[in-house]
Amino acid sequence: MTGVMKRFGGVVALDGVDIEIRAGEVHALIGENGAGKSTLMKVLSGAHAPDAGSMQLDGSIYAPSGPNDARRRGVAMIYQELTLAPDLTVEQNIMLGREKRMGGRFGLVRASRTRETVRDALARLGRPDITPGTLVGTLSAGERQLVEIARALVENARVVVLDEPTSSIGRQEIARLFEVVRRLRSRNVAVVYISHFLEEIRELGDRFTVLRDGRSVGTGSVSETSNGQLVEMMLGRRVEQLYPNSERSTGEPVLEIKDVAGSPMPQRASITLNAGEILGIGGLVGSGRSELLRSIFGLQKVRSGQVRLATIAGGSLVDITGSSPRANLRSGTGFLSEDRKNEGLALRLPIAINATLTRLAEPTGAGRFGLVRRSALARHADALRRSLGIQSSGPWQTTSELSGGNQQKVALARLMHHDCDVLLLDEPTRGVDVGSKAQIYRLLDELASRGTAIIAVCSYVPELLGISDRVAVMHRGVLGTPRRAEDWTEREILEEALVGGSTEAVA
Amino acid sequence: MNVKSDLSSTSTIRSGGEGGCLRAAYQLLSPFIGLLVVIVIFSILAPESFLSVRNMEKVAVQTVVVGLGAIGMTFVIISGGIDLSVGSVIALACTVTGWSLDKGASTPVALLCGAGSGVLCGLVNGLAVTLLRIAPFIVTLGMLGIARGLAKGISGQQPIRVDPEASSWFSSDWLLDRDWFLTAPATWFMIGAALFCGFVLRNTAFGIYTFAIGSNEQTARLCGVPVRTMKVLIYVTCGLFAGLAGVALFGRLGIGDPTAAAGMELEIIAAVVIGGASLTGGKGRILGTIIGVFMLTLLVTGCNLYGAANYVQEILIGLIIVIAVSIDSLRHRRTSD
Repeated sequence: MTGVMKRFGGVVALDGVDIEIRAGEVHALIGENGAGKSTLMKVLSGAHAPDAGSMQLDGSIYAPSGPNDARRRGVAMIYQELTLAPDLTVEQNIMLGREKRMGGRFGLVRASRTRETVRDALARLGRPDITPGTLVGTLSAGERQLVEIARALVENARVVVLDEPTSSIGRQEIARLFEVVRRLRSRNVAVVYISHFLEEIRELGDRFTVLRDGRSVGTGSVSETSNGQLVEMMLGRRVEQLYPNSERSTGEPVLEIKDVAGSPMPQRASITLNAGEILGIGGLVGSGRSELLRSIFGLQKVRSGQVRLATIAGGSLVDITGSSPRANLRSGTGFLSEDRKNEGLALRLPIAINATLTRLAEPTGAGRFGLVRRSALARHADALRRSLGIQSSGPWQTTSELSGGNQQKVALARLMHHDCDVLLLDEPTRGVDVGSKAQIYRLLDELASRGTAIIAVCSYVPELLGISDRVAVMHRGVLGTPRRAEDWTEREILEEALVGGSTEAVA
Repeated sequence: MNVKSDLSSTSTIRSGGEGGCLRAAYQLLSPFIGLLVVIVIFSILAPESFLSVRNMEKVAVQTVVVGLGAIGMTFVIISGGIDLSVGSVIALACTVTGWSLDKGASTPVALLCGAGSGVLCGLVNGLAVTLLRIAPFIVTLGMLGIARGLAKGISGQQPIRVDPEASSWFSSDWLLDRDWFLTAPATWFMIGAALFCGFVLRNTAFGIYTFAIGSNEQTARLCGVPVRTMKVLIYVTCGLFAGLAGVALFGRLGIGDPTAAAGMELEIIAAVVIGGASLTGGKGRILGTIIGVFMLTLLVTGCNLYGAANYVQEILIGLIIVIAVSIDSLRHRRTSD
């Protein structure tokens, strides 16, 4: 099989892209949100026609008339939002639209033969445990993704495009997905892997192409390029320091958690958080980190233990165990949800409302009667928009129209507007592109330098160590002893996350 | 809150900035388009009678009951809920008003009883939705039966005929007098209530919380919105307006009729939806609702004037609902692209 070559140019969002994808390789396509990755892939999969430029597939001109034509030619696209029918079985979904070709005449479906094909495809992907008769609606997100890939396989796809495949699935499923991608590669399929997680690309990618502002700005072998070089290509400038860590002095204790347990998570967590420090919490997904933050903030019941907070700045600690989110916001504690879409933001409402919802009215004047001045909301939102660099058309733009990174900044803007003394952040940079990440790191650093106490849950270990002053690791619901970030190595954090700490948690 | 550093932006996304002004004007005016279409059609079909002052005044008076009910419903629908019981609650309030007058209550007391019965129903709805965590559809479906039954029980299954002397304030005398300053006081009351509620929805924490709950209840909770209290208050508001609508209905009928307003909840919900509200919550406006109410009433009067049969009206109303909502969703799809 010869190499697969494609050439593009000049679609609105694409300003001359050259890319070459070879059979049997995992080609990582990287770039910030809005760099043109999705558009490029839509051109490839036939959803858009290019205005200029040309594409070649196996040495012959490739100009698909639409997604179906592209599929027939062997280019399959696995989108972020999966396109399966939940009420049909795995087999029916895989064979959807192909019944005729596989079955006999008269539109009859030959059950035994299709079932064999489906079973074979799943086995080739290393997942014979998914039975063809299962309803797709009962499968996990990762398994559904696999069914999509299996469908591509049944169609004899030569090029499989995965668009941010790990954004909707859990940790364990990511590992299985990687295994599937490797199997595709070994079967001489060309895999285009879109992601902005450099660690994924490092683990999986053979070669890469970086897109920026609709142009391809770099291409090469992943193993011969450093993360720093990749980030530089994505941003188009040098990154002086991704993780700023200003010198700062830690203040008085503002939050004290003692043996907090919820049902079922966390099991046992004790911690003392001081003003002006960032305390990072590492650990595996599902180890109870989110539940700990939610217990503190009152989104989840505390079974036993105590949460104490300095409700007035510089005051003594008061027992706030089990108080509501409303009460906690009043005493200056803010919470950032890891689930932006379902919990963190009211996506159908404008930016101005989302950013100010916790503190709509001024406490004095007309605000006492619950009156809200919309012009004031817009002014606040505009100031936040500017200081956080939120890209939007105005304060009344609907939040759902923003990119993921900008949405995350809106969620952070809310905490800024509320002027919190204590921040509980669950994955503050989830689904955010590298440029926005750097901004968020700087913002956190600055807040801490001004005396805000921050607890941040981070799954990505370099980030955890980069932003935190102290780090503690959670394992099966038990929080380990915090140590200064300099005293940890990445390896130690992973070890403690996997097997637990040796010492008892005494903060 | 001030952040001093210059966190300059690096990502490049293009969002529809240009044409924002045009879009805003379109969004503001588009609800009127449907209303205008209905007016134009009927002024062609029944030119001499339709646009006459008399007819417009009549329309204005007729909108009062549905209009008041729809104002309350707008809050519920924006918050992502639904209230199927309003028709029955209106009948209950109408019956209670007649019943209390019949028992010798004074005008203000009867008014309070009528409106109060609505508030009570709303309170029960709200408490059941929040404390028992039953879906609003089910709770209010139950209330639809309960309120209707109560109305029939109170009245002994017969319309309550009230001494005209005792009910003079409510009926004919001046409350529904079309010649009182352009239109009847009841119509002015409805318009005033609409303006007030429009203001509440836009410019108070109560209003914005209502939108927040409807858009994403989880987020509202996270942002310290007292979700349960708000929901109870929202259903109470809806009950209050249903109660007031019932009092107005009593004024129009002059009797406490327990079988009145059957199915009116659907007309009310239709008006709110035609006005641009979304049944999934987080979207809607009072102005739209009022336009929806006028559109439906104009349609009915127009058909009557034109001499169209009842079934034609029903088909037309059904079509209008579907068309209005599909235009709205098309518009939405286009703006979100």
